[in-house]
Amino acid sequence: MSDNMPKKNFLSFQLDPKLFEPATQEEKEQQVQMRESVSFMKDAMRRLYKNKLSMVCIIIIVVIMLIAFIAPSVYPYTYEAQDLSRKYLEPFEYSQKEQAAIDAGESVFPHLMGTDALGRDYAIRVIYGTRISLLVGIFAAAIVIVFGILYGSVSGYFGGKVDMIMMRIVDVIYALPDVLIIILLSVALKDAISKSSSELVMKLGAGMVSIFIVFGLLYWVGMARQVRGQILSIKEQEYVLASRAIGASPARIIRKHMIPNCISVIIITAALQIPSAIFTESFLSFLGLGVSMPMPSLGSLASDARTGLVSYPYLLLCPALSIFLIVLSFNLLGNGLRDAFDPKLRS
Amino acid sequence: MDSKFLFYIVKRLLMALLTIVLVIAITFFVMHAIPASPFSSEKAKSDATIAALEAKYGFDKPVPVQFLNYLKNICQLDFGLSTAWVGSTVFDLIKGGFAYSAKIGFTAAVLAIVSGVFFGCIAALKRGGWIDKTVQVVTTALVSMPSFVVATILLLVFGLKLKWFPTLANMPGGLVLPILSLSMYPMAYITRLARSSMLDVLGQDYIRTARAKGLRNSKVIFKHALKNALSPVITYAGPMMAYILTGSMVVENIFSVPGLGRLFVNSMLRTDYMMIMGVTIFLAIMIILMNFISDILYKVVDPRIDLG
Repeated sequence: MSDNMPKKNFLSFQLDPKLFEPATQEEKEQQVQMRESVSFMKDAMRRLYKNKLSMVCIIIIVVIMLIAFIAPSVYPYTYEAQDLSRKYLEPFEYSQKEQAAIDAGESVFPHLMGTDALGRDYAIRVIYGTRISLLVGIFAAAIVIVFGILYGSVSGYFGGKVDMIMMRIVDVIYALPDVLIIILLSVALKDAISKSSSELVMKLGAGMVSIFIVFGLLYWVGMARQVRGQILSIKEQEYVLASRAIGASPARIIRKHMIPNCISVIIITAALQIPSAIFTESFLSFLGLGVSMPMPSLGSLASDARTGLVSYPYLLLCPALSIFLIVLSFNLLGNGLRDAFDPKLRS
Repeated sequence: MDSKFLFYIVKRLLMALLTIVLVIAITFFVMHAIPASPFSSEKAKSDATIAALEAKYGFDKPVPVQFLNYLKNICQLDFGLSTAWVGSTVFDLIKGGFAYSAKIGFTAAVLAIVSGVFFGCIAALKRGGWIDKTVQVVTTALVSMPSFVVATILLLVFGLKLKWFPTLANMPGGLVLPILSLSMYPMAYITRLARSSMLDVLGQDYIRTARAKGLRNSKVIFKHALKNALSPVITYAGPMMAYILTGSMVVENIFSVPGLGRLFVNSMLRTDYMMIMGVTIFLAIMIILMNFISDILYKVVDPRIDLG
């Protein structure tokens, strides 16, 4: 209160004119932002870039993906071409026929990982198997993201009875033993698929199709739970109330406020889902329920390698090492993402 | 609190039973969606024989009636007759196989829990030391290896190259490698679980209080820390059961153990539908029951947990 103002009366609406004076230069400077505000996404990415292990994993995954998706189109051998004159070659060994061709001055591409019992080039088979594994992992992550987000956000947003019923369904699905159901479905589908006319379905085989079906039916529940939990807590925040007060539709609130705030949970859960999907696929292929012959998968390659294991251990080690590298990279990347996106969880 | 706990047990039990019925229903209806009759794949039989067999197993009745019958039979432990192993009931085959699988699985589980908790605690107590670092690297590698990779590599190295252990299960000491292969993944998982929960517990106030009272280090760890650090390990019991049971399909095949897993894979190869249904349901019941038990145990061990 300034001195020349009369004493303020009780209940009188009296303004202090000083409050309406223009701000001084000094006061203005206080409002200037010294540093650009860092968004959550940028902050997380910066933490991820700093994590050397995660970056190495990203590089490994990208390199493996490039090899798996580009190499088959430039590689001189195909995964199904058999040549019994060159069976069981060691890596970089040539068959007599090939040696003769080399001696005659022709260039023969070396068998980087040798050949298998039917004389098929092993490197390209491992590459195809890797491709199957990656496809399964990516597909699983996509399904988990789409279904999980839709289901979880609807359940969390509406709450109450809807939430209760939807979550009971999730509880039941969560309790189902997934591997057993996949095996059951692939046994049952084998018959139906062998009569299918679709070329893609034929190529993938009953095991693959049932893996995808079961991922679609069962795998998203973990994500749905996570997203729902997150949405439930975000729903109580003031900014959601504010946006509802100005008349935003539920769809807009879910899209603009809920999903961006769930993004860290979504990324972490999806990243950790990939290795577990790859695990399941290779397990089934090992049992002979995965892709159909002659399409190779890392699991079926390892299974075939059991005959002649002592003499040709590289037939086991190549696919085994390959799956180990893929799963390890995804696991470590998943941990890195968790550290980057959810620093509270860091142990 | 007590009645609330009882209510929780009942609720959880109902949930488990519902899941079991659901698994039976899924199994039944998926198998019935197959156009082929269980007998059509067998050697040529006359139509009259097939009709008689179908009448015997009730396949001529409407599907819902068949389902209720099947459900009733399962409650009486009657899973039907095997078509591939003629003359044996599915339940007898399961019983015979499970005797082996249970022995291997139980030993593997105990080995995984004991060594996992041990390594996890050591790593937590020596945090940042070389033991901790080694444990972290090894466990990270092990949880990235599928069961068939671990099993075939163990077979190759210790069975075929070094010849320390026999490669077939029916020889003396032949169960060592299958047990080791089954326990690797759960052991690594439990080690990581025990390590992080031990680290968490060691940072709590009551541990500081216990130390401030002047208790011996061993007493602090065994009496105060370990008990509380173990409760997350209990929650892993259900998933571990699932891992060991499904993993045994691979491991038993690799080491020729005549257990349930190998039986299951063989019945898939021989398209014995009654057998596939029976084993699927049996394994699912084991997994669901283990989940139920571990949930209840978890609440018993740690009463602070909210009974939602």
